[in-house]
Amino acid sequence: MSGEKHTMAATETTEPDTPEQADAQEAPTADPKGAGREQRGQEREGGVLNAFSGGILVVWAIMAAGPLVWVMVNSLRDSGDIQGNPFGWPTSLSLENFVNAWSEANIGQYTLNSVLILAGSLPGTMLLGSMAAYVIARYTFPGNKFVYLLFAGGMMFPIILAVVPLFFVLDNLALLDTRPGLILVYIAYSLPFTTFFMTSFFRTLPSGVAEAATIDGASHTRTFFQIMLPMAKPGLISIGIFNFLGQWNQYFLPLALNAEDPDRAVLTQGLAELSVAQGYEGDWGALFAGLSIAMVPILAVYMIFQRQVQQGLTAGAVK
Amino acid sequence: MKRGGMKNDVRTVDERSTGGTSERSGAKGGARRPDPLPISQWPLFASAFLLPPRFTPPRVKNDRRYRNLDKYRFVFWFLSIPLVLYAIFVISPFFQAFYYSLTDWTGFSSDFSFVGLDNYSRLMDDPTFWQSMRNSLFLLVVAPLATLAMGLFFAFMLQAGGRGKKNEAVSGVTGAKFYKIVYFFPQVISVAIIGVVWAAMFDPITGPLNEVLRVAGLDSLTQNWLADPNIALWCVLFVLCWMFVGFYVVLFSAAMGAIPKEIYEAALLDGARRPTTFFRVTLPLIRDTVHTGWIYMGIQALDAFAIVHIMTINKGGPGDSTLVTPVYLYKKAFDSGEAGYATAIGVLLLLVTMAFSVVMMLFSRRERIEY
Repeated sequence: MSGEKHTMAATETTEPDTPEQADAQEAPTADPKGAGREQRGQEREGGVLNAFSGGILVVWAIMAAGPLVWVMVNSLRDSGDIQGNPFGWPTSLSLENFVNAWSEANIGQYTLNSVLILAGSLPGTMLLGSMAAYVIARYTFPGNKFVYLLFAGGMMFPIILAVVPLFFVLDNLALLDTRPGLILVYIAYSLPFTTFFMTSFFRTLPSGVAEAATIDGASHTRTFFQIMLPMAKPGLISIGIFNFLGQWNQYFLPLALNAEDPDRAVLTQGLAELSVAQGYEGDWGALFAGLSIAMVPILAVYMIFQRQVQQGLTAGAVK
Repeated sequence: MKRGGMKNDVRTVDERSTGGTSERSGAKGGARRPDPLPISQWPLFASAFLLPPRFTPPRVKNDRRYRNLDKYRFVFWFLSIPLVLYAIFVISPFFQAFYYSLTDWTGFSSDFSFVGLDNYSRLMDDPTFWQSMRNSLFLLVVAPLATLAMGLFFAFMLQAGGRGKKNEAVSGVTGAKFYKIVYFFPQVISVAIIGVVWAAMFDPITGPLNEVLRVAGLDSLTQNWLADPNIALWCVLFVLCWMFVGFYVVLFSAAMGAIPKEIYEAALLDGARRPTTFFRVTLPLIRDTVHTGWIYMGIQALDAFAIVHIMTINKGGPGDSTLVTPVYLYKKAFDSGEAGYATAIGVLLLLVTMAFSVVMMLFSRRERIEY
């Protein structure tokens, strides 16, 4: 529950109007500088408001990005310097902190663990979620509505309630503290929203193409994999980004179900652990370097695909 | 949702997956057709149902019931894998939790006894539990208010806060796109990272927060942020808001962008200023989005597990000043070996979540405005 984000009713996201788009629209009635209008007061009010609100916008931008920039700058500084003064520029460009973080603080191992988990859980979630969603959306069979509600209902209940029994379910299946166990749990807990979202997506797709494929003799399975799945690509991208970030950033499930062997810890666990260890060792540099390693790739990918990422994460909340 | 129905279906799924399918599938084929399938044919059809299409014997393939069998085979196989996984890892633990909450199970050994509602009556007299509940409820009430208010303000500024240039009724401030990208940063990075970063930010000696205050000459305002029981919970609240404001800015911007410009023009013609426009035009028109966002933020605030667990002193300290119910549950379950008691906490937490959702539903508007 801790890391899972955004389980909300799903439909299409609406595009925010960018200023450029807004510029294209003409609204001749409302020219503040228009002569002969009693717009002067409004203009002045607008000016004050603009200065004030503009200031707040800048302040919040600094608040949002500041801590992250601070971490990145400090990751290049010497640990001793950081201790003395939290602000400052790197005196010499050395990647020592990163080397320390990567090998000694095990961030490399943790990253690899996270990647291995995601390599199994993300495709698994997408495949199983789409399979269930496709059948629910496009086939009539007894219990269709019920299965749909079963998945949709799963979005509501908190993982924290299920975690104790889940721990012992995994223990009994000999899957506790193993990668396959964590992968299966990630998939299972991502299924409700994935299925819910993809069901509404498959419902919007035209049925003609699938019918044509059936007439041409394609089996149900083939129609799904070769016709419908490619057609559902936009939906898959949105929900894929959503699941990637949700699973990559997951903290609670690995903490409860993957805590036995420190070498198997995923990145989020490793960083939390590192922050505790740093308290004893005082190696701030390695901590900041570890944090940078964890967030810079994600932020970079986000900046490149920011539109898709924003859409993926707010998917469905906009009606 | 129908509880009874759910159980039935879970059982059917189990039966099917353990191979008790033969009668069912045969019966299904038979029930849908006017002429029943002869019993001697059942094994053949059942095996065709369970095996991939390429192993279907021609005898079955040429039968006119095959179309139906093919469809149900597909539905069955495609649903069974996700459903079995879902049943084992999500549904069954969920129901087991209710049962375990009535036992004195430690979680370490396999023997435990049924104690009825003992755990719940113990909870009623557990001051730590009530402390955690107070903290959680504080976050539940304040975090959505603060976050949504800020999200709305920023989104409105970005969408309609600009100088009305180029003959427009409304326009965003310059750099709206840039702000949206930056505000959304905390959403893409992990809560674990956020917890660690803010723990470092709040550090009284090496943290930048106090350093900024010192440089600004406001030494009196420097605080032992996370070590002061009176402030620590506010720090948690702040970090929660910090995480989610960007999400709501993007969400509300999109909703506001969907409002037709003509409505703003009409408001402007009528002499409405910006605050009036916001409260009388924008807010009512995006009410549904705000409402959904409120529920979502409330659920996030009720959780707050990772932030408290990573950022605060002693995972909920100092004292119990930042202990939220999920963290208390976790400690009971995995640190002090009171699994039964922990699940009882979980059940109460679920009740609170449901009560919150119900209250929010009561506030939801029945009629919708189409535009």
